[in-house]
Amino acid sequence: MGIIKAIKLAYEYKKYDDEGKVESTIRAVDGVDLDVKKGDFVAILGHNGSGKSTLAKHLNALLVPTDGTLYVDGKDTRQEENLWDVRKAAGMVFQNPDNQIIGSIVEEDVGFGPENMGVPTEQIWERVEESLRCVGMWEYRNASPNKLSGGQKQRVAIAGVVAMHPKCIVLDEPTAMLDPSGRREVIRTVRALNQVEEVTVILITHYMEEVVYADKVFVMDQGKVVMQGTPREVFSQVETLKKYRLDVPQATLLAYELKKAGLDLPDGILSREELVDELCQLKSKI
Amino acid sequence: MIRDITIGQYYPAESPVHRLDPRVKLGATVIYIVSLFLFESFAAYAVAALFLAAVIKLSKVPFKFMVRGLKSIMILMMITVLFNLFLTPGNTVLQIWRLQITDEGIFKAIFMAIRLTLLILGSTVMTLTTTPNNLTDGLEKALRPLKKLHVPVFEISMIMSIALRFIPILLDETDKIMKAQTARGADFEHGNLIQRAKNMVPLLVPLFISAFRRANDLALAMESRCYRGGEGRTKMKPLIYKKADYAGYAIAFGYLAVLILVGNLIKV
Repeated sequence: MGIIKAIKLAYEYKKYDDEGKVESTIRAVDGVDLDVKKGDFVAILGHNGSGKSTLAKHLNALLVPTDGTLYVDGKDTRQEENLWDVRKAAGMVFQNPDNQIIGSIVEEDVGFGPENMGVPTEQIWERVEESLRCVGMWEYRNASPNKLSGGQKQRVAIAGVVAMHPKCIVLDEPTAMLDPSGRREVIRTVRALNQVEEVTVILITHYMEEVVYADKVFVMDQGKVVMQGTPREVFSQVETLKKYRLDVPQATLLAYELKKAGLDLPDGILSREELVDELCQLKSKI
Repeated sequence: MIRDITIGQYYPAESPVHRLDPRVKLGATVIYIVSLFLFESFAAYAVAALFLAAVIKLSKVPFKFMVRGLKSIMILMMITVLFNLFLTPGNTVLQIWRLQITDEGIFKAIFMAIRLTLLILGSTVMTLTTTPNNLTDGLEKALRPLKKLHVPVFEISMIMSIALRFIPILLDETDKIMKAQTARGADFEHGNLIQRAKNMVPLLVPLFISAFRRANDLALAMESRCYRGGEGRTKMKPLIYKKADYAGYAIAFGYLAVLILVGNLIKV
């Protein structure tokens, strides 16, 4: 069994009217099957309201499934006694960098998680140094979070999770509030974590460019997983993606349009370099 | 303009006073404040003033920073002095219309002024030399015995440190909302007091909503990082007394002893 396994996972939000009666129920997550292997980089894509954030909150046991089961590191999240083990195994990074930094100095914030877990003092310092170096924020250890840029704050938040030594990190739209350079910073950090430290990464996003490097991509729409596969497999289906109101990366879109116009290009080109290569090959054939 | 507000007026410097354990500073400040109320004599106040001057010198904080704290209580001080001056019964020295100044009153007023000044200066030394976080840590540890009475000491200090962390963020937000509302025609600068208070409503409502949203997000983030209150929690920066801290306590009690001695011997 993989590090995260969901079987027919479902979650319902209840809407109450003024008298406190259930007015309607919304199935935010609807029968999702998920199997993530250790060390994978998995991306979950979806438009606003597709249920991807609700799914993310399940992975950290902030929400428990209405139906179906979810195992994180082999533990059922619905069991109350597994709660802290689940949260230790799967760390979570949220969207707004300001609202998830607790400490008033960078190093204190990174130490917050280990403090909660009851790690001895000397080890906390070791973990703080190691994880701040890992995200490249060691020089800022004594800075106030308010003085950092959005991308830097988000890297501190990632370090805060890394310091808890989780087996898996869930990032819930970590770049949604950042500028392009901050977004690149964060994605580079996440990739390095996955490749160097071999941490399992689950990246939830609606930016296509960020999922190009993923091992596996899931596309969600209205609470269901509607597409899955490698980025190449998913992005080759431009029409289907458009149906789910998702844009493909620019290079992929250009390749798709060129192919429609009659050029002999393969499906699912992901990066600009790849497109340039393919076009050069075509030219040399002529 | 709103960004000029600074809270927690810490003055960073390398000094023995800065390095002291916050509990020592808290304890010494309490001792000092109590000592000011023990005697009413010039000799005792001279001892207190000398002690304070020595501590300030040691703390390397420029004196003008200290005086800044005094400005804010100037009005309060004036009122206290005037009341003491005019309303103390005793031998009348001077009579202006129906107000009379007595010799008792003059002494009382002078003592009150000295006492308040020393009191404010004494506590300013503490806030200027201790970071807000250190202070909450110190308070938490110093108040730990209250846990037996089911006072949630850890939670209170957590609330304090989170509040400190969010003050700049909320100030920023206030600034943004203010600009946004001004751009939409709101007026925060004209009108009388009541009108201005009314005009604050479009500022406060969005601010509160956003503060609640932030609190909700923060609670989620804390929970996802295994926060479950003070139980089984370790400290990254535990407070441990060092030699200098014991010396600090010794000096504070030494001062108290000297003051009591002087206060009892010299009654001027």
